[in-house]
Amino acid sequence: MHVPDGFLDLATSAATGAVAAGGIALALRGARRELDDRTAPLAGLTAVFVFAGQMVNFPVGAGTSGHLMGGALAALLVGPWTATLVVSVVLIVQALLFGDGGLTALGTNITLIALVGVWAGWWTFRVLSRVLPRRIGLVPPLAFVAGLVSVPAAALAFVGLYAVGGQAPVELSTLVTAMVGWHTVIGVGEGVITALVVSSVLAVRPDLVLAAAPYRQATELEIREGATA
Amino acid sequence: MSPSTATDPHPTTSPRGRVSTRALVVVGLVVSLLVAAVVSFYASAQPDGLEYVAEQVGFIDRAEDSAVAGSPLADYGTAGVEDERLSVGLAGLVGVAVTGAVTFALVWLLRRRGADRD
Repeated sequence: MHVPDGFLDLATSAATGAVAAGGIALALRGARRELDDRTAPLAGLTAVFVFAGQMVNFPVGAGTSGHLMGGALAALLVGPWTATLVVSVVLIVQALLFGDGGLTALGTNITLIALVGVWAGWWTFRVLSRVLPRRIGLVPPLAFVAGLVSVPAAALAFVGLYAVGGQAPVELSTLVTAMVGWHTVIGVGEGVITALVVSSVLAVRPDLVLAAAPYRQATELEIREGATA
Repeated sequence: MSPSTATDPHPTTSPRGRVSTRALVVVGLVVSLLVAAVVSFYASAQPDGLEYVAEQVGFIDRAEDSAVAGSPLADYGTAGVEDERLSVGLAGLVGVAVTGAVTFALVWLLRRRGADRD
């Protein structure tokens, strides 16, 4: 998904740069509420895991591949503000050290992957967890859906940017179908990894999955009611 | 009744094997290192979703080399290292180290200042 230099014009790149800077500034404030002694080490670990995961492209048939974006995963583990920072750090390191994603496109990539990816995943989980029963067993499947949705959401956002500042004329309907279609397939891989990692952490340290906090309170209440009854 | 009696009588009601944060982070870092330095060698070399679509739809030729395309770690290889496996592995190792160092420092600063203010 990393956008190289040259796909979008300078005005659009400057605009996404401003959006990215604004998002990071907000996240620097918001993350303070999410980070404490318990969660800060996990945030560091999440960044490292997302970087590693992004190195491993998995084939999705027909000559294309995808890799973890990690936004939904990070949001569910450490909260959306911290996740915005974590994924931004990964993207900055990739752009500066490895030439992965363009330099003028850095703001675009932060906007797509660290803002749209993170928050689409986070809100997908939140909305579904409100309408569905609060059963802890539902957290991994919801994590799968959050991961799945986050990838075509970012792809759709790219199409929006391309419609405004794309550097070569294309049929927009073709572009949106291809981008959302392929990234939905890639999103299945994203969802699987997101669900696997969330359920692994849930198994050993349920308190370190921020998105599962309402579920833990519900479980503890049930246990207490059962004990006093 | 004190609140503690609600949890004390049935310590086995939560059969979760409690793992310390330190152990979890160490295991997670080792897994991440293995993924970045070893598994990454087996990553698919096919174009990713965006590149593929750009080829199909017809704007891939607009892509320009990044200004850091000549850096010693460009494209997840290590300049001067012939062995492909080692070249990718070293790049992954450096990436994990830098990403980890920057993020750990950042969250540590944010957490500390938040705590001081409270």
